[in-house]
Amino acid sequence: MSLIARHFEENGLPTVILGSALDVVEHCGVPRFVFADFPLGNPCGPPWNRDVQAEIVWWAVRFFEWAKGPRATERLPYRWAHDEWRERYLQVRDEDRAALLQKGEERRVLRQQLRDQGRVRDG
Amino acid sequence: MERTRRYYEAQGFDKPYVWAHFDDVPFAPLPQPLEQCRLALVTTSALYDREATDPRYVDSGSMREPPERLFANDLAWDKNATHMEDRRSYFPVERIHELAAMGVIGRVASRFHCAPTEYSIRRTLTKDAPELLARCRQDNADIALLVPL
Repeated sequence: MSLIARHFEENGLPTVILGSALDVVEHCGVPRFVFADFPLGNPCGPPWNRDVQAEIVWWAVRFFEWAKGPRATERLPYRWAHDEWRERYLQVRDEDRAALLQKGEERRVLRQQLRDQGRVRDG
Repeated sequence: MERTRRYYEAQGFDKPYVWAHFDDVPFAPLPQPLEQCRLALVTTSALYDREATDPRYVDSGSMREPPERLFANDLAWDKNATHMEDRRSYFPVERIHELAAMGVIGRVASRFHCAPTEYSIRRTLTKDAPELLARCRQDNADIALLVPL
């Protein structure tokens, strides 16, 4: 999405990204970014929490005006109900290594089959 | 990023993914006051339940009659910590209409757009981003809110 934001802006269309992948977005470099410090999946707020969702989307939209130059990042003050996800996300535990390796091998075989069958995007 | 790198390394992928990085960042000023702008909404979720192996393409749907739910089971997000059962947690179509009714923005573009996330940076830059921009332009959007999962 960062690349899309950059393309839009290079062609004169202002953007705001509302998202949770702070390092990836800032590494790329985007004009306006509203950062929700949540597990990836619910950038507009925790499921069913209408008050927080309403505030977050309001912030994101207002940020079109508030951001004064490129690489503007607004860190929202909201927190997830717990912090366990920070450690757990994509965690590689020793006991998982064999399964992960097998999963990777299955993906490589499948991708090669798709390529051989021409079932991938052109260009 | 480091965590993702380690995760794919553990899966036996020997060439680490290289995330896009740029020194220069473009910045387009608002063409008019926010309360006069027409907003387009862009999501990384999809209109149908894609298989992980399905090719992904730009897609669009109606903002007035949006689908009950969208799909992103084929994307990487924290499926242990959360879920997609509440569409408003990742696709704020109702709130965008409210903000237009409140006068925070001027209008809502007629369509929302689904952006395919691609391994290939080149394909995003040469195909999908121009296609998404063209669709926003067709709808006379002045600004775009991009909400990746």
